[in-house]
Amino acid sequence: MDTRSRDSRDAGGRTRAVVTAGARGLALAVVALTGSITLFVLSVVSIALVPLGIGIVTTPWVLTGVRAFADWRRLVAAQWCGVRIPRAYRPLPEGASPWGRAFGLLGDPATWRDLGWLLVDMTAGFVTALLPAALLIYPVEGFALAAGLWRVFTDGSRVGWWYGFVPVSGQGSALLAGLLGAALLAAAYVLTPPLLRCHFLLTRAVLSPGQGELAERVRVLTETRRDAVDTSAAELRRIERDLHDGAQARLVAMGMDLGTVEALLDKDPARARELLAQARRNSVEALGELRDLVRGIHPPVLAERGLGDAVRALALRLPVATEVSVELDGRADAPLESAAYFAISEVLTNAVKHSGADRIWVDLHHVPEDGGQLRIAVTDNGRGGAALGAGSGLPGIERRLGTFDGILAVSSPAGGPTMVTMEIPCALS
Amino acid sequence: MRVVLAEDLFLLRDGLVRLLAAYDFEIAAAVESGPELTRALAELRPDVAVIDVRLPPTHTDEGLQCALAARRDRPGLPVLVLSQHVEQLYARELLADGNGGVGYLLKDRVFDAEQFVDAVRRVAAGGTAMDPQVIQQLLSRRSAADRPLGGLTPRELEVLELMAQGRSNAAIAGQLVVTERAIAKHTSNIFAKLGLEVSDDDNRRVLAVLAYLDRDR
Repeated sequence: MDTRSRDSRDAGGRTRAVVTAGARGLALAVVALTGSITLFVLSVVSIALVPLGIGIVTTPWVLTGVRAFADWRRLVAAQWCGVRIPRAYRPLPEGASPWGRAFGLLGDPATWRDLGWLLVDMTAGFVTALLPAALLIYPVEGFALAAGLWRVFTDGSRVGWWYGFVPVSGQGSALLAGLLGAALLAAAYVLTPPLLRCHFLLTRAVLSPGQGELAERVRVLTETRRDAVDTSAAELRRIERDLHDGAQARLVAMGMDLGTVEALLDKDPARARELLAQARRNSVEALGELRDLVRGIHPPVLAERGLGDAVRALALRLPVATEVSVELDGRADAPLESAAYFAISEVLTNAVKHSGADRIWVDLHHVPEDGGQLRIAVTDNGRGGAALGAGSGLPGIERRLGTFDGILAVSSPAGGPTMVTMEIPCALS
Repeated sequence: MRVVLAEDLFLLRDGLVRLLAAYDFEIAAAVESGPELTRALAELRPDVAVIDVRLPPTHTDEGLQCALAARRDRPGLPVLVLSQHVEQLYARELLADGNGGVGYLLKDRVFDAEQFVDAVRRVAAGGTAMDPQVIQQLLSRRSAADRPLGGLTPRELEVLELMAQGRSNAAIAGQLVVTERAIAKHTSNIFAKLGLEVSDDDNRRVLAVLAYLDRDR
């Protein structure tokens, strides 16, 4: 008894699932066909108009629509069938010019993948979405034929209609059609949900980032990891050398002086006093060197106050008037804070050394979009002409930020002003 | 003179206690964390507090924050803040209330016991003791762009530097091996060139100079 009621409940649930899948398939088929054809045509026209200038304005709009369309499909794939389709669009810089946006979008391989998908979606996507719906609707026609609808097509003397592979020519063959309909319905009971899933699997196959992009990501990660390891190894070597030649040597000298003082204390107090003074000088200098070294490893203000105040303290040290504005409601991870600090420090040093500016502005803020981004802008009113190229120190900063998937952009027209922007994905705590 | 001392490293705390005791200070309390310091400052009401910037439990700028909070509750409470590094940013925060009785020195300055004790006494008396490094940073920033500062003679700059550290005319005269009268002449010249109002009060004078040097350009 118990088992039977559960079975019937299961059957009821299954029927509902089958019918839902069929209805969803039908809706998808309609949307896939109309949506993808419309968007594809609009995209092609818009991209074709790029050389005329109109396309530069329209393309971002159309492509944003394509992305929204693809995102909706990602959403229903996850909700309806549990198929997760990864999203891998490159972030567009906020406030970019229409030109920058258009070419940023066109330069993204994901855009072209989307357009290819539209073609697949209006053909194979349409069919795979329609199939589960057809499996449910088509048997209805078979039953109707068997019930007497056949009379509309034939008077019983000739084949007036084909139902699937059954030629309907009278009540007998109409019953056969009804039988086929029943068989199809039975098949639908089993196949409809998996068929709908097929549609989304096809979508995933076309839409998810390909092997090539993964390979590219692996290459970037390998490169940034090697850079990070190289940089930290070089740093450690420098620290070792600084300690060895600096503070360590001074402590040795101090120890020797104190030993001599001990011996001279009775014999030559004047000379002993001299050596004591020298030992104290050495200790002061050793401390000074250690302090500089510590500042180069991890600035104390950064540990004590976080990035905002560390940059403010840094600005106060500069010979050029520097305004710092900070909007951070928390602290980032220590390694990221440190990387950001040294990047800013290097950009500021560059500005002071090369730009001839008499004012610098530093803007630090965090936006919560896309999982959180730390945005840093350093602007100076100097002569401009800075480039990512040789000798500027900017590639070094780019590498430093690369470890954290951060990016750096420089705008520095001849005559100034120079603006260096950095963006690092991070969450604040 | 009663001192409250806050320093988390035992060796340094012990050394400071011995040093101050040797110069006849009375150690009211020697504590090692921020909360203890806040309690000691409120309950013992010392004549001066000697505080390390970095204290437990946070090991950030807990000591500085305690000092600032205590001075908000009791304006002018003399505090001498010690640190392994000096930052103009912190100096500015300490000086911001304009009440005086503030010191901010590198820990290394303890090596010269006489000068250190002199600084503690000066702060306790409502004066100022700024680390030479802070003053040098201020001066180098100022003189890069500022015309009046460029108009000072090298000797006047030297006097300005010592004055900004919080030294009295007598102390400056002693250090530069000249008469106090000569220093008085230099200071009035400096004040005239910088367009500052002359004051007979040493403390007011120092604060005016510091405010001038730290003014935003």
